[in-house]
Amino acid sequence: MSKTIFEYSTRGRMGVTLPKRELEIPLEDMFGAEQLRANPIRLPEVSELDVMRHYIMLSHKNHFIEKGLYPLGSCTMKYNPKLHESLVRHTCFANLHPYQHEDTLQGALELLYELQQDLAEISGMAQVTLQPVAGAQGEFAGIKIIAAYHHAKGNNHKTKIIIPDSAHGTNPATCHLVGFEVVELKSNPDGRCDINTLRGLVDENTAGFMLTNPNTLGLFENQIEEIAEIMHSVDALVYMDGANLNALMGIVQPGKIGFDVMHFNLHKTFSTPHGGGGPGCGPVGVVEKLVPYLPVPMIAKNDSGYYLDYSNQVTSIGKVHTYYGNFAIQVRAYIYIKMLGALGLRRVSENAILNANYLMKLLKPYYHIQHEEYCMHEFVMDGTKQKKEQGISTLDIAKRLLDKGYHAPTIYFPLIIPEAMMVEPTETESIDSMNAFAEAMIEIARECKDTPDMLHEAPLCTPVRRVDDVRAVKVLDPIFQIQD
Amino acid sequence: MPYISNTDRDRREILDRIGAKDFDELIASIPPKLRMNKPLALDNPLSEMEISTKIKRKTCQNICAGSANSFLGAGVYDHFIPAAVDSIVSRPEFFTAYTPYQAEVSQGTLQFIYEFQTMICELTGMEIANASMYDGASAIAEAILMAVRKNRLMKAILPATLHPEYVKVIKVYTEGIGVELITAPAKNGRIDLAALEALMDDSIGSVVVQSPNFFGNLEDTKALDAIIHRQAKCLLIACVDPISLAVLSSPAEYNADIVVGEGQALGNSMFMGGPLFGFFATKLDMARQMPGRIVGGTLDKEGKRAYALTLQAREQHIRREKATSNICSNESLCTLAAVVYMSLMGREGMKEVAIQSAQKAHYAASELCKLKGIGMAYPDAPFFKEFVVITPKPAAQIISAMLPRNIYPGVDMAVYGMPNALMIAVTEKKSKADIDELVNAMREVCNV
Repeated sequence: MSKTIFEYSTRGRMGVTLPKRELEIPLEDMFGAEQLRANPIRLPEVSELDVMRHYIMLSHKNHFIEKGLYPLGSCTMKYNPKLHESLVRHTCFANLHPYQHEDTLQGALELLYELQQDLAEISGMAQVTLQPVAGAQGEFAGIKIIAAYHHAKGNNHKTKIIIPDSAHGTNPATCHLVGFEVVELKSNPDGRCDINTLRGLVDENTAGFMLTNPNTLGLFENQIEEIAEIMHSVDALVYMDGANLNALMGIVQPGKIGFDVMHFNLHKTFSTPHGGGGPGCGPVGVVEKLVPYLPVPMIAKNDSGYYLDYSNQVTSIGKVHTYYGNFAIQVRAYIYIKMLGALGLRRVSENAILNANYLMKLLKPYYHIQHEEYCMHEFVMDGTKQKKEQGISTLDIAKRLLDKGYHAPTIYFPLIIPEAMMVEPTETESIDSMNAFAEAMIEIARECKDTPDMLHEAPLCTPVRRVDDVRAVKVLDPIFQIQD
Repeated sequence: MPYISNTDRDRREILDRIGAKDFDELIASIPPKLRMNKPLALDNPLSEMEISTKIKRKTCQNICAGSANSFLGAGVYDHFIPAAVDSIVSRPEFFTAYTPYQAEVSQGTLQFIYEFQTMICELTGMEIANASMYDGASAIAEAILMAVRKNRLMKAILPATLHPEYVKVIKVYTEGIGVELITAPAKNGRIDLAALEALMDDSIGSVVVQSPNFFGNLEDTKALDAIIHRQAKCLLIACVDPISLAVLSSPAEYNADIVVGEGQALGNSMFMGGPLFGFFATKLDMARQMPGRIVGGTLDKEGKRAYALTLQAREQHIRREKATSNICSNESLCTLAAVVYMSLMGREGMKEVAIQSAQKAHYAASELCKLKGIGMAYPDAPFFKEFVVITPKPAAQIISAMLPRNIYPGVDMAVYGMPNALMIAVTEKKSKADIDELVNAMREVCNV
């Protein structure tokens, strides 16, 4: 059992040295007695060594990309180059203040300007804002832009957004937040949007359509042109959730095939680290007619240099972030694009697709796969065979995989595939590492037959055994009770 | 090719194994007319060495606040960060991990979030905190939306003393749900209590109180508590500077219902304003209405202490359009920096940072006000580490004149309707000599 940092605390110990006071002004004189805190804050009192040992001990309990394959579907857990970290941390970038005079920010603004341009080229969109700080915030900004477009035309009757049943949960949640009603579109037996059903759902009140392409089954939505035509015929806009852009770079430009708005996940496609859940970055690209609605400021350029451009203030949706988004993440993505170039990015997508198909091929004899055609950068297999034959669930299989030094795939998603396991190896994995992963999965398929009881017990070798998340809800314990 | 493992031979082997004759066969589902017929128009690729040079050259074109004598604040502050923070945060075990969905191999991340939640509750006096929001601004917006879920009242009051950029974000986040935002006017740099009282009735769902407020001033939180809570259902949303809480009243002491704020000051570099992180804390009875991820303590199969994401039925991946928020990725790694920072600082260190920042700010204010033509914009309001001074010249001129001296004297208040005013932030990193340099420069630049 590991102690919390609070349990190492000893009164009077300190992990930092601060300069001696140069001034002495009593607190009461500065604030008045009524503003002062009644009780001291009981933060831990520990040495620097205590802190280092504790958090390094915690770090040892994590799975991370350098430890082993991280095949989370739609999360694109590719290797995060260390150059990015060193350049971001050990340059002047870390100490820039957002309200510095523009003359002192020229290097940073130039970089952001170039990143806007590069992402616009990659997506085939007219303009890109870098402001949203996460995929879901990118969705929010994008759907707000759709709302602003309709509002500007006086089309306030457009209240509905259509979303396929294979979509990420953030899509409907975002639409609700913007104030749209969500209409769900069923997938067809091929695992793609059902065009006939779509025709039936679309009417004058349709504001837009949100589509992940390739979709969460790893399949390219090949009827996108027709979909766009249907939507545009009622002046509805087509949004692309760019979570799966890793399959398309240099192959397809979403802005050229019917999409009007899309978000990028720099923390997926452009190799910025996930940070245990963030910070991410979710830029949004739009076609020409939607440029006036982009958040302010944009980064622009004139004869005297680069500047923060508020000229769209009146038509813009406004701001989604206090300043200019997650600059430190934007810098990493910039470096990545500059190192790969056009050919490199195309190779990224090609190898992502090659690797996913290779892994699917290796696993097909052992796990059920609903959609057997070639996949894009990810594929969905499932545990229905193991469930039916041995009573072993996808959760059991996922937990056993942890024992073998791998992270589990995304499980029970997409919702339309029972016992789903969504696998995305990414282009940074080698044949050898995929072979080893496949071997582990095949071994588990064997264990399901030979030692099914063990599977229900898994994981056996992780820092803790299977965690009781039902108890975590029933006996809610969100904070440590500090003893004074 | 950088970061791609497959060689040409591997590629051939993969295609053979799959049974495809070439790569194009794999993407046959993409109609050929939708495919690009030429390469992307991007710069030629650079090697590691070349891009390093390019980036270093770009950073040389910046003069960062870190190397200038900077008094910039307005939401992003240059507090001291001990080296051990970066040493922990730059471990791949933390920064290349994903969201801790597989608890058994994510105990490191889960536990630091649990410790973070504990520290935030300790600072704010609340009972439950989440794992973070995007920034202070979106945290307030989410707090207003949570208040709506709680009391079904669609009106929220924002004071004119709230950070103007926060107001913009809040508007964008709350208009879709139909929240009506009402502005409570300011008087002498603080909320006009009488005016607020006149706005209050039983249709108001929440009132946001930022203290220290945008101008650095401390609001009369006890009086605000009385005015706001006279309406039984109305929630008080406090937005606070976490550093200030080492010495100033915890929001629980003035009966805040939800406490949020910008956390960057806790161990995170400024990075031109991002990433930031918002913290979000409240009372247990609102746990199920909260946005964002929450970690809870529990047990593993053998009865051993463990941590897991909890109350997930609130979240978008389960509840979809009925979720309490659309947030998925948050600012997790920034909260790790915060937790390590607060551990290193500890009870006494945090207090010392708060006291030194405040003392130095008060020294700066009193020295500047000795200059002719310079005075406090809000002489009667107590302030923490930031304050507004009226200047004899437009602030823009002062800022430009000080650029060659590498002094950033503060934020120009012109965009907020005060062209002859500077907002000056002082942290513990400023020495008395730094402040004296600012005062001297101001004397010369303003000819006073």
